[in-house]
Amino acid sequence: MMELKVNGRVHSVDAAPDTPLLYVLRDDLQLNAAKYGCGLGQCGACTVIVDGEAVFSCVIPILLLQGKEITTVEGLGSIDQPGPMQRAFIEEQAAQCGYCIPGMMMRAQALLQKNPLVSDEEIRRTLEQNLCRCGTHMRILRAVRRAVQLMQVATPART
Amino acid sequence: MIAAFLAFAWRSAVEPIEPPAASGFDRSLIRHGAELAALGDCSACHTAREGRVFAGGRPIGTPFGTIYSTNITPDPSTGIGRWSQVAFTRAMREGVDRNGRHLYPAFPYDHFTLISDADIKALYAYLMTRQPIQAPAHANELPFPLNVRPLLAGWKLLFFREGRYRADSGHDSTWNRGAYLAAGLAHCGACHTPRNRLGAEKDNRLFGGGDSENWHAYAINTESQSPVPWDASALQFYLRNGWHALHGVARGPMAPVVENLAGVPETDLVAIAAYVVSVMGNPTPARLQRAAGLTATASRNTAGSSPQSALANDVGATIYAAACASCHESGQPLPFGGINLALSIDVSGEEPTNLIHVVLDGLPATGEVQIPIMPGFASTLSDRQLLALLTYLRARFAGKPLWNDVGKSIGDAR
Repeated sequence: MMELKVNGRVHSVDAAPDTPLLYVLRDDLQLNAAKYGCGLGQCGACTVIVDGEAVFSCVIPILLLQGKEITTVEGLGSIDQPGPMQRAFIEEQAAQCGYCIPGMMMRAQALLQKNPLVSDEEIRRTLEQNLCRCGTHMRILRAVRRAVQLMQVATPART
Repeated sequence: MIAAFLAFAWRSAVEPIEPPAASGFDRSLIRHGAELAALGDCSACHTAREGRVFAGGRPIGTPFGTIYSTNITPDPSTGIGRWSQVAFTRAMREGVDRNGRHLYPAFPYDHFTLISDADIKALYAYLMTRQPIQAPAHANELPFPLNVRPLLAGWKLLFFREGRYRADSGHDSTWNRGAYLAAGLAHCGACHTPRNRLGAEKDNRLFGGGDSENWHAYAINTESQSPVPWDASALQFYLRNGWHALHGVARGPMAPVVENLAGVPETDLVAIAAYVVSVMGNPTPARLQRAAGLTATASRNTAGSSPQSALANDVGATIYAAACASCHESGQPLPFGGINLALSIDVSGEEPTNLIHVVLDGLPATGEVQIPIMPGFASTLSDRQLLALLTYLRARFAGKPLWNDVGKSIGDAR
């Protein structure tokens, strides 16, 4: 059994230590926000936050995550009470097919937690690692900029 | 004595000129200059991160302090707009700016002095026809007395010889072209040759491996540790594309070099490759035989075939099998798969620096050129886990003992 702390809760999971975090999140913990895209750490659909840093959960074995804080989109807020990042994406209607959006939100969240007054240039540079095939990039950028505003007035989400 | 030294160190200013009109330069000369500037990798140092090309301001870390590159656009007040051809040639050949100040050898005039007059003229034509950008020089951060420029005359006296490239009649014209470019304009040795305590390249250790901006430039002479010995065609491909299936990916300070080389004439890459491979010398039959074995193994998909016993008790083996093997043992050649680490110079090389950088930071997508990419593990690997991984990789794939002081290298990279 391995212990994983996800969105503030400690879970005991019955998985081999070399299992990628993404599989455990989706298959064992029913946290389905993070998506399987390429499985090679190249598309960003699986992005979650580990100790404040955005990581590709599809290539991180859980043996590297003992004692670390993992945050997924589920940890940013709920359907009833969306956090500022989630509200911003809803208000800007930033999703087309939506598959990349949880990864986009988590990478943007990690960026804004480190630097709340981030420049457009930095947002673009940081999100470059996450791919969107529908072409909603302009809406995603607007949503992140809106999140910058919302976070300055909202109570920070639990991360 | 001091007076004599000052007299020796003193260089006159070259008269400023009215910035020449771009229309006054021959177009084919400008085009040739563009190719030469790419071979010389000028933009890599003379462009700040997110800055305008050639406008300078990039910090160059040296063991002595930080030097900021200068603006080499033809802006009259902050660039080289008022530099005549004579002033430009003197800077390239003698390391003295238009005002007569000695330049720090971070600007590799110890190499550029070998460039022909015709090529310096073409470089001048190219740079003087770029868009002028106003960007004042950033002050260098050097401690006293290194910030006293006349002292550089003493450094030059010890280590700098003005000169031209002299063809070696024992070799053909391709080799000589390669030697001319590698030793002069392309200044390969500026990174690949180790330096002495005063920052000068060690003459007797040509291409023996050096350090550059916290990365290691591997030995590319007879001491090369490349698991598969380089041949000219592989090197030519690598310089053009930034990667080679049997050698891996150019990253760190070599990344902008190959981005620039992507656009230079093929004949020049053929020449540089021919010359550098000749410096590496002929590999021994034993080394070639080992390389053939590695190449054959590397093309097979062996991911997941690591013995489970290794998983149970070796943290490094477990991390490798879980996080690395799915790409690095996929049997998929570069650029779509990860290189089999038995072929990787980062694992077999003389320093662990680059391996640590790549494991921590990955190979980010650049958006500029098509190269293999890799996710970084900085936020998920602890120092202890990284050390275990490096220990495992070094033993399994290089069959060599762990590098000395790896803990310090990890700390430096963090």
